Amino acid sequence: MAIPRLQLVHIVKSFPGVQAVQDVSIEAYPGEILALAGENGAGKSTLMNILSGSLLADSGRIWLDGEEVDISSPRRAQELGIAMIHQELALIPQMTVAQNIFLGREPRFASGLLVDSRKLLQQAQALLDPLQLDFSASALVSDLSIAQRQMVEIAKALSFQARVIILDEPTSALSERESDILFALMRSLREKGVTLIYISHRMEEIFNLSDRTAVMRDGQMVDIAPTQALTPQMVVQKMVGRELKDFFPKTEAQIGEILLDVRGLRSGKRLQDVSFSLRRGEILGLAGLVGSGRTEVARVLFGADPLDGGEIKLAGQVIHPHSPQEAIRLGIGLVTEDRKVQSLFLGQSVRSNASVLLFEKLTRLGFILYGRVDAWMRGAISQLTIRTPNLGQKVRNLSGGNQQKVVIARWLSINPQVLILDEPTRGIDVASKAEIHTLISELATKGIAILMISSELPEILGISDRILVMREGRLMAELNRAEATQDRIMQAATGQIEASG
Amino acid sequence: MRHSLLNFTRSNSGLVILLVLAIPLSLLSPDFLTGANLLTVALQVSMIAITAIGMTFALITGGVDLSVGAVAALTGALAAGLATSGGLGTYPALFLAMAAAAGVGLLNAALIVWGRIPPFVATLATMAAARGLTLVYTQGRPISGLDAQFTFWASNLGPIPVPIFVLIFVLILTYIILNRSLFGNYIFAVGGGEETSRLAGISPSRVKFGVYTISALCAGLTGLLLTARLWSAQPNSGTGLELDAIAASVLGGASLLGGAGSVTGAVTGAFIVGVLSNGLNLLEVPSYNQQVIKGLVFIVAVLLDYLLKRRLK
Repeated sequence: MAIPRLQLVHIVKSFPGVQAVQDVSIEAYPGEILALAGENGAGKSTLMNILSGSLLADSGRIWLDGEEVDISSPRRAQELGIAMIHQELALIPQMTVAQNIFLGREPRFASGLLVDSRKLLQQAQALLDPLQLDFSASALVSDLSIAQRQMVEIAKALSFQARVIILDEPTSALSERESDILFALMRSLREKGVTLIYISHRMEEIFNLSDRTAVMRDGQMVDIAPTQALTPQMVVQKMVGRELKDFFPKTEAQIGEILLDVRGLRSGKRLQDVSFSLRRGEILGLAGLVGSGRTEVARVLFGADPLDGGEIKLAGQVIHPHSPQEAIRLGIGLVTEDRKVQSLFLGQSVRSNASVLLFEKLTRLGFILYGRVDAWMRGAISQLTIRTPNLGQKVRNLSGGNQQKVVIARWLSINPQVLILDEPTRGIDVASKAEIHTLISELATKGIAILMISSELPEILGISDRILVMREGRLMAELNRAEATQDRIMQAATGQIEASG
Repeated sequence: MRHSLLNFTRSNSGLVILLVLAIPLSLLSPDFLTGANLLTVALQVSMIAITAIGMTFALITGGVDLSVGAVAALTGALAAGLATSGGLGTYPALFLAMAAAAGVGLLNAALIVWGRIPPFVATLATMAAARGLTLVYTQGRPISGLDAQFTFWASNLGPIPVPIFVLIFVLILTYIILNRSLFGNYIFAVGGGEETSRLAGISPSRVKFGVYTISALCAGLTGLLLTARLWSAQPNSGTGLELDAIAASVLGGASLLGGAGSVTGAVTGAFIVGVLSNGLNLLEVPSYNQQVIKGLVFIVAVLLDYLLKRRLK
């Protein structure tokens, strides 16, 4: 084979408490589409952020076209011809396509003082024309769809003579037709000798597009092989790999009658015909890839997103929560995915954070009865073993696990019937994770119906009584505790088995 | 057809509002649509318009400049003082006063860029300080005795007052800076995405220094024109000018969130404010009631603009 376009050798990167990338080596060649697959948190994005200069590796070396390079910043990566197209696009919406492509490098005249707008437009259009796109260089970025904006990013990368273009799950926000246009563009770039690295966990895309597939798991490169030599099943197995070895304290709860019954739930384009039921004392796991619609289910049930169709019954009564306030009155709680932004008031005390829903009940003549609030707080702190020096401590200073317990305490204060937890242990250390799992099991034994969304399969398998798998806004599978395995969940989540009805 | 009309309305909503105001006024008051009255309006508007142009620069970066009214007063007072008892010639005095205005602009930028103080707070502080300096310098009394070279700037050339020419000059210059120059391009870039701009090799700090200096220079120029027009520097002149300027910029399409705004819009916005006052005066609406009506018109104009834009999204 020719000289590799790119060689990453013994790359290591750790974050506090996590070995994100452990001694990874990988090569890519000119005119190749290399797929990079792995579960969430396998280290794919970290590795690619190192390559594109957003993160610095702890150790390791990088060669580009036979020359060793030091990628110290995104700017440097750009100069070397390495472009990364992130999931969050970095375009300025109020400016035109042309202005965005040549931002900081505009053609000028009058000793560089004035911008040559005509030339700017011509150069940008000349760059867009061979790509055969359906918008012009003078279009405003804010008027473009997400897919079109990705094309702008690709055109921008090409304007830097990019030799390597990295795409981080580019199709997660695209429709099928838009994805096809993107794939056609990627193939034509491959013809021109560009190296494309494509992060994805959608099997059909990987097998349609890529020449070789690299699989990462737990920060390590598990396998790199020509895609033809692989099958989707093999890739999924390599992605999942490990045996279920973590310890999950599952206490069997008394599972009661159906409490929440959801039929034909629809919301925008992101949820289509989702039906399921949830019983008292049951822990229902909701699995699927990021963007598959899991969080949307939670938001609709909680009244945070509009319900466009379908029916929700709570204890036999049809409900239609229009706002979180209504949902809370009905006894539905939501532990949100992003604890720091959506759940906590970081600069305020443990007391204010945990008892914010209690204040309404414990007031007299408009004054908060702090004595009774504190009495309740002390109970909650010992029940949930929240480790805080005092009630006035700012939540910011607590560990991730204790912050999450404060959020759960808040929901217990309304005596919830249904508690939805979205990624309850994300960013929490291993010891606290086990505590949170124990806590979730305990809540179920008290008759609370629990819907738990998680991207961590061991967690889903460890404590759920039943598991739903979503893909692209639909339910793909329903598995009971006995029949669920990591492989079966991943197969359903990546679209290798059809909907089970 | 309907769509293109809406599109025109979206990009020129200020002009549409101006027409909506002007048509009933010209029907209700025979004096409104006369040359003399329109020139009066233009003269009154030119000062707000020049300040609003500078304000628009700050707004596009996502900032704001509350110090403009105080800077106008300080510049006018310094110019008048230096030209009269200071014993400098009129032009050196004007030049030094404008340099002082630029100094306040640089101070604003330094506080915002190096001190990392939010623009609202930084310019609120310099507003108080500049107003205080003006009062100290003037001892709270007007400075009069300006010569003809000074008052020329508010005289008439033929039928047209000089400030209108100054406005036209400033408008053309700032239009070129904002829409044709590299610097102008970067102002929009920084307002639309500071991090993206930084990664594209643009220095947001330098852009902000430029923007607040331009805003202060526009305010200073307004101060000189106000002084020339009153034949004296008033320590309290320019009070509330910052609010008129922000109102004009926003009516002209500037966004307080940054990334959007235009100098022609700012001038249109200033004319909306001016035509409304003039019309209410002609209709003999009591001045207390005028304030209420102005506030309501402002709300309606901004809501209308918001609804039009959202409808086309």
